[in-house]
Amino acid sequence: MKAWLPSLLRLALVVVLIAFVTNPGWFEPLLKPLTENNAPVIYNQGSLLTLTLLHLRTVLIATVAATIVAVALAILVTRPAGAEFLPLSRSLVNIGQTFPPVAVLALAVPAVGFGEKPTLIALFLYGLLPIFENALTGLTTLPANVVEAARGAGMTGWQRLVKIELPLSAPIILGGIRLSVVISLATATIGSTVAARTLGEVIIAGLLSNNLAFILQGGLIVAALAVLIYDGLSAIERYTGRRMGREAE
Amino acid sequence: MGEGVRIRFDKLGVVIAAISAYAAFAAPFATFRANRIVPGEARSILESLPATVGPLLMAIVVASALIALLKTPLALRLGASVVALAALALLIGVAGSFLTPAGNTFARISPASGFWLLIFAFTLLLADVLTRLNLSPQARVGVLVVAAAAIGLLLVSGSWNSLSILKEYFNRADSFWAEGSKHVTLALGSLAAAVIIGLPLGILCHRVEKLRAGVLNVLNIIQTIPSIALFGLLIAPLGWVASHVPGAAALGIRGIGTAPAFVALFLYSLLPVVANTVVGLAGVPRAANDAARGMGMTDRQRLFGVEFPLAFPVILTGIRIVLVQNIGLATIAALIGGGGFGVFVFQGVGQTAMDLVLLGAVPTVALAFAAAIILDAVIEMSASKRRVETA
Repeated sequence: MKAWLPSLLRLALVVVLIAFVTNPGWFEPLLKPLTENNAPVIYNQGSLLTLTLLHLRTVLIATVAATIVAVALAILVTRPAGAEFLPLSRSLVNIGQTFPPVAVLALAVPAVGFGEKPTLIALFLYGLLPIFENALTGLTTLPANVVEAARGAGMTGWQRLVKIELPLSAPIILGGIRLSVVISLATATIGSTVAARTLGEVIIAGLLSNNLAFILQGGLIVAALAVLIYDGLSAIERYTGRRMGREAE
Repeated sequence: MGEGVRIRFDKLGVVIAAISAYAAFAAPFATFRANRIVPGEARSILESLPATVGPLLMAIVVASALIALLKTPLALRLGASVVALAALALLIGVAGSFLTPAGNTFARISPASGFWLLIFAFTLLLADVLTRLNLSPQARVGVLVVAAAAIGLLLVSGSWNSLSILKEYFNRADSFWAEGSKHVTLALGSLAAAVIIGLPLGILCHRVEKLRAGVLNVLNIIQTIPSIALFGLLIAPLGWVASHVPGAAALGIRGIGTAPAFVALFLYSLLPVVANTVVGLAGVPRAANDAARGMGMTDRQRLFGVEFPLAFPVILTGIRIVLVQNIGLATIAALIGGGGFGVFVFQGVGQTAMDLVLLGAVPTVALAFAAAIILDAVIEMSASKRRVETA
């Protein structure tokens, strides 16, 4: 495969995606064969652009919160003061992953009501795990000679953390964030079963009215967003990985 | 150094003690509702239990929290967590019958935040003890069996019958087991299909390098399609197959229902199986392969005699990921009429009847949790066996 081909495909995907969410009407003839009985072809109970932006906002808030908490926890359990939490935190992460997102979502509803909040909670909890796991891997597999050298140079614990350990773990932590974002983008659609305004609304409307065009447009926008964000974050990861001399995974 | 008279605190114990103090003294233990969908009224531990039992539970909680708080021997901590959890499990049932007015069949009693927080705190203590005990895989499965048996005994004995979640169950006991078996069939069936197709595909990808990137990329992209959309998108092609391929409809293939759910779960399952097969086979030491070739083994003999056994733990890890993920994802099948425990979750969300949501969510979480523990144990056993064999 030619080296420029993937970049070109990605650029085309960006252009099509932006055109679709801003001017869905242009694509009406393409989706028309998927509908029956003159059903609407393009989702008509809200603009696709607004829903896409709300979807991205939900994922962004949840991921930022999950990153802060997960990295802080990983730092805590890798310090001498928190070392006794390390084995337990590992088992908790393992247990946490067995909770299906639908269950988390539905169980959060009685506590916080319908809408965006239960979705944020489910995405936050689900996003925590991959980031925490990768941050732990990053912080516990640092090259020993580098850490020793920093200690020998008289750096304090805080200086070592900020100047050596975190930058060296950055590519691996980014890998966790990438996984978490891709999972969250898809999981956020389930949030619409509890009335969160995400692209899931379009898919569910399609399921309820048996409108394949709705399901396809909702699903494809989410998939395109996931592919693009995955690629973007992979590129950042490779860049920081090259700078730090460590490749993630 | 500081040994002896000084009282030493356990760091995790501080967290556990803080959670249980809040849960026991400030949070509601049970919720009372006049019928299944009205907002509930909170009841504290002392209000929820008979006058002799309430203080007893308080005492057990305080004593167990103190044992957690101080640096105490592991055996004592294990005992404290088990006693506290057992007391909570038994007494929430007592609270159910105590709070239900005599002869009233509409009133609903459910565990409230205080109860769940106490369960969380002491499960944390138990998990910490079990982690520190560093149990063998067999012992971990043993603990799981004992816990499952205890819960089963409580269910059969009827001590939880006055709780709202079981009242939801009694109203739909038949459909509960029908949906449950559909759920398990979906999760296990799609896993079996993914292993049957995924293993050979993974071996092929390992042998034919040109194929590898392409296949893995396609499977990666499938993972990015949101589950509810993939379920929905399969309705049309399967509906077409059902009406155009002779015999397909007779096999139960239909546009909506179990068939699209099965195919969607199968598609999601392929990536972990194929990717882990490729990674596992790539990790087989070159020396092992060379030795096998030197002994004059054919490709097929090498695959089944050397490569496959050595890659087995990694492949099993992929299967574990798939099984836990499928048990969770199968809940979404309910959205397209595919059945499973999701039926109760979505019905409950629709009726704002949270105990109905729990009736669907609790078995799902329990199944996923048990599957994870059992498969983790199997993986560890096969990996240690492999180490012994290759040593």
